[in-house]
Amino acid sequence: MSVLVDRKTRLVVQGITGKEGTFHTSQMTAYGRYVVAGVTPGKGGLKYKGNEKDKLKYEVPIYNSVADAVKLSRANTSVIFVPPAFAADAIIEAAEAGIKTIICITEGIPTSDMVRAYNYIKDKDVHLVGPNCPGVISPGKCKVGIMPAFIHRPGRVGVISRSGTLTYEAVGQLSALKIGQSTCIGIGGDPVIGTRFVDAFKLFADDRDTDGIVMIGEIGGTAEEEAAAWVKKNYKKPVVAFIAGQTAPPGRRMGHAGAIISGGKGTAEEKMKALKAAGITVVKSPADIGITMAEVLGIKVKTKKAAAKKIEKNADKKAVKKGKKTLKKEKKKDKPKHKKKDKKKHKKK
Amino acid sequence: MNIHEYQAKEILKNYGVPIQEGIPVSTATEASEAAKAMKGRGINAWVVKAQIHAGGRGKGTIYHHKERNEVLLHGGVKFTTDLDKLKEYAEKMLGNVLVTHQTGDAGKTIKKVLVAEGLDIEKEYYVGVVLDRVHSQYVIMASTEGGVEIEKVAAEHPEKILKEYVNPSIGFRPYQATRLALALGLEGDIQKNFVKFAVALYNAFVGTDASLFEINPLVITKDKRVVALDAKINLDDNALDRHPALAALRDKDEEDPLEVEASKYNLNYVKLDGNVGCMVNGAGLAMATMDIIKLAGATPANFLDVGGGANPETVENGFKLILSDPNVKAILINIFGGIVRCDRIATGVVQAAKNVKIRVPLIVRLQGTNAIEAKEILRHSGIPMKVADDLADAAQLVVESIKK
Repeated sequence: MSVLVDRKTRLVVQGITGKEGTFHTSQMTAYGRYVVAGVTPGKGGLKYKGNEKDKLKYEVPIYNSVADAVKLSRANTSVIFVPPAFAADAIIEAAEAGIKTIICITEGIPTSDMVRAYNYIKDKDVHLVGPNCPGVISPGKCKVGIMPAFIHRPGRVGVISRSGTLTYEAVGQLSALKIGQSTCIGIGGDPVIGTRFVDAFKLFADDRDTDGIVMIGEIGGTAEEEAAAWVKKNYKKPVVAFIAGQTAPPGRRMGHAGAIISGGKGTAEEKMKALKAAGITVVKSPADIGITMAEVLGIKVKTKKAAAKKIEKNADKKAVKKGKKTLKKEKKKDKPKHKKKDKKKHKKK
Repeated sequence: MNIHEYQAKEILKNYGVPIQEGIPVSTATEASEAAKAMKGRGINAWVVKAQIHAGGRGKGTIYHHKERNEVLLHGGVKFTTDLDKLKEYAEKMLGNVLVTHQTGDAGKTIKKVLVAEGLDIEKEYYVGVVLDRVHSQYVIMASTEGGVEIEKVAAEHPEKILKEYVNPSIGFRPYQATRLALALGLEGDIQKNFVKFAVALYNAFVGTDASLFEINPLVITKDKRVVALDAKINLDDNALDRHPALAALRDKDEEDPLEVEASKYNLNYVKLDGNVGCMVNGAGLAMATMDIIKLAGATPANFLDVGGGANPETVENGFKLILSDPNVKAILINIFGGIVRCDRIATGVVQAAKNVKIRVPLIVRLQGTNAIEAKEILRHSGIPMKVADDLADAAQLVVESIKK
């Protein structure tokens, strides 16, 4: 099992014909056949194959509205690539159309827009992930977002993170240690987001195929503290957490709109303390995320140094393989089928 | 984006929020003229207020802009009923440096002062509007503890901060404002005036897509008016596109020059006071890189996120920024290639190194998409650098290179 996205996902891409939308749809179509529709108002009726730079693996029908995509292509999940000024509207449109899982990638949405959108959908039977997030991937099954597929491998660890590339870093460490992932959820770096740590933990709590969770938080807000309180009461499986921004100065926004220590609140120190008090294993160094997960799951890795070497070697191997292939093959490699082949190769060695 | 008090008051006035009247000026002569004009309207007491973005002005100290040990004035907010004294205050403030607990030792140069009416104050309160991240709603906060730091009140007497949450689809309702007024102990005309004030304040907040309003203090005058004596406004950077008039209020002199430079290239840069410059893709990884530098025993000189679309130009501009900080003793580039391909970053590094003289040790760690090709490019470039294999290794190399 996995959460949010899986083999039942039927995806509509809002903003499919834009530059970002096209590129990432080409990547997602390379991952599987779950992309069933796209929405670009005014281009309804078109069969989209991509643009000059990025080709889709298969044709995707375009509609003028999400409602049409739901009615005619039975879409149940949407991913949003529309520009910030229109993104909150896209979220509301998707919810109105009956989409159950909405994943918003767009960065830079005005907070006031998100406050309205969030309060509109909060009582509906809808999961919103993001905005300002890399998306959600259930390796081997379905990838909805912008994360590089090749660093993931199917498995039994869940990942919940406010960050993009730092998530890739953590996933890279896990995969190098042959610890696969059930689902990785990028919850987003904005102050107002649909799925918070607590919500993501609740989803994983119902998933029998997730054995442990990597949680990557950062300065700003109190979502990590809320999650700590919930985990302490309700979640019995191992959790490894890292909080970014231990060295961040107060009052400064560190890239993400939500990453700010304001009025002395939202420091990494406070968060780490709350997480530790909830029985969560907190790592100080971002380099220790993978190895610590291995330890708490009882997976044998000889020494930290050996593990570190392994990470490097595997990453290099993957990179070499990837580099040598043509672009076309590169896309294929992202497919689950090839992932399995990779695994076999590892086993031989 | 932060704006000055006089700009914030102008915005509030436009939305019908009663404010302490005043005239912003840039010279002492203008200050005198402003005060005289106000005298013509029956105002006989004034407050000269230094206009800088930092808080704590009243308790700050004004130093001579050249002789930095010479104290010119205690306090950046001065009350007077004497026109000569007023001119003297303006003279001592303008062009000189105000140091408060928020500015750091460097302080801020005062370019404008606000000549404001002196009010007959009965009592001071606090009113603020801010996003509550737990509820994902805006919250109006009010307290009888006006004029002091609200963070302190929140920490010591949280029960003294009253809150009303706003449902965004119906807005802040007058009954909620009344509830606040009652809880603050306001009665009669003052209560009515407070309700008008608070509703207008919320309208201004929504109308400007602000991220923070602080009226500290809000005062009740002897003649029962409810007036904003001070005003702090933070605007949401993401909403400035639809408010060009507000975007024009940006005062680049109040920002770190390196950060202004960075914003031109769409780079996310925050200057810190350490000695290891770092260039990273992604905000989370950039923070984590700072953290691991610290854990290894050095200190980061900056936060720099080159973003998802990093290209040779971005890298070159990043280098220039980092190197213009004289404290930098080493540079760490940490890229996890996902959508960004490592070989492109490597090409960028090589190209940038040709155009910019890199005078400090360079440590590069590239992982993810096309990392091997990237390492090859770097090895064959002839640029002196150390290539790290992983995060921990990178931090270690940085620390070693500084110690040498």
